[in-house]
Amino acid sequence: MALSHNIKGDRGLTTRMLMTGFFLVVLYAVLIGVLFFFLKSLVLILVIAFGLLFCQYFFSDKIAMYAMHAKEVTPEQAPELHGVIDRLCALADMPKPRVAIAQTDVPNAFATGRSPKAAVVCATSGLLRRLDEPEIEAVLAHEISHVAHRDVAVMTIASGLGMIAGLLTRVMFFSEMFGGGGRGNNNQSGGQAAMIEMVVMLVSIVVYFVSFLLTMALSRYRELAADRSGALLIGRPSQLASALVKISGEMGRIPTKDLRAAEPFNAFFFVPAVAGQNAQDQGRGQGGGGGFSFGSLFRTHPTLERRLAQLDALEHQLGQAD
Amino acid sequence: MGLFDTLLGRTKPVKANLDALFALPTAALTLQSAGGLVTSGHAGVCWKPPSGQGSEDLQTEISQLVGEGFTETKDSFGYGWLLLHEPALDDLVTHAHMANTTLTEAGWGPQLLCSVFGFVPGPDASDDAKPFSLVYLYKRGTFYPFAPTDAQKERRDTELELRIRTMLGVDLPVEPDLARWFPMWDLPVK
Repeated sequence: MALSHNIKGDRGLTTRMLMTGFFLVVLYAVLIGVLFFFLKSLVLILVIAFGLLFCQYFFSDKIAMYAMHAKEVTPEQAPELHGVIDRLCALADMPKPRVAIAQTDVPNAFATGRSPKAAVVCATSGLLRRLDEPEIEAVLAHEISHVAHRDVAVMTIASGLGMIAGLLTRVMFFSEMFGGGGRGNNNQSGGQAAMIEMVVMLVSIVVYFVSFLLTMALSRYRELAADRSGALLIGRPSQLASALVKISGEMGRIPTKDLRAAEPFNAFFFVPAVAGQNAQDQGRGQGGGGGFSFGSLFRTHPTLERRLAQLDALEHQLGQAD
Repeated sequence: MGLFDTLLGRTKPVKANLDALFALPTAALTLQSAGGLVTSGHAGVCWKPPSGQGSEDLQTEISQLVGEGFTETKDSFGYGWLLLHEPALDDLVTHAHMANTTLTEAGWGPQLLCSVFGFVPGPDASDDAKPFSLVYLYKRGTFYPFAPTDAQKERRDTELELRIRTMLGVDLPVEPDLARWFPMWDLPVK
């Protein structure tokens, strides 16, 4: 699980992610349902479900690194990045995590790994290009806080709880409908059984979906917690705030890759598939505005305003303490 | 792209849009009054040489077509540049447009990548003003500002660029999609 920074994206992307999340949920419910029908064994299902969770837990670093095309770097390859992380780990009295760089222009960073000892902190080349050193330090302090808070473990358990909730609903329904342990002989009244099966399916989807929402909410809370600890670790919340402003919203979208180098990839010499209008919409979408937007339910990260407000308050408190 | 082009997977080369260049002198007045920014007297036209045999032919053809007043150079990406130097922006725009029209009429329009116009802080600019360039994308018909701070480390001052966009307002068609504000490191245009 990558606990990465929020790059405020376009609306299309949010919709896609939302749909992806929803279908993932449905997929999971269907999978469990199918397993239930064919295996008729709760134990086996639990073994598979937990097996998946354990994979997520134990291979989180490899999965995230693979997904981001991140490569681990040695101190010789990235002396500055290693230097910053060395300092932060000394400050926080933590074992030094492995350090990786992902070659992509999207400014982002993430931390992963099940425990502080097995952790990896990764920054993208786009992040390193856009921010100056104090800001990079602030972003890495945020990521190191994720490691210290054991957020990968927490979020795996949280999403696991959601999964179990969905599973339990199914089990409960089955035992109720078929008179306790009566599952297996549901071919007596096919139509009714199918109806019940539909209802069970629906309820488990809903339960899982709600737990998904809660997981997202928890994730946003953990982000704020990491912001807070990260800012306090370096003692300068304003640096993290300035880094956040630089990598999210408009400034984060301005590329650092050369026009002449980028040209072959974006088919510059041909009509872009989705021209002008769409881009303008995206540009306007950045403003956001307050209020409780639907999208915020599904975000793993709090809004930029929310994060900046917290950092501002911290800066204020630090100022008063002096 | 039309439906059939999509279905058949065809794309047509985009024709270069040259006319928006003439909006530049007006916009430059705005830049001067709002930020004390004036032309550096340098501009460049960047074109992509076709691969293979045609490349050298084009090179000689272009030198013949555009005539005197241009310096030719190639950059590290293999793109060709026609560099101009005139003290007044009006002349720069006229010359750049002339070169573009000649190239387009000779059928090289799809090879045009961009024109770059240099700007520097004038006498009445504030102390923290920095030089920057306005890049004109032929295919999009739009401009965008590019302010490199450290070409070696490939850093750009995005804050300044967004400020310039605000200054320009409606005077110039500024590229609305920020993801297309591609930098051009080691610009031959000063």
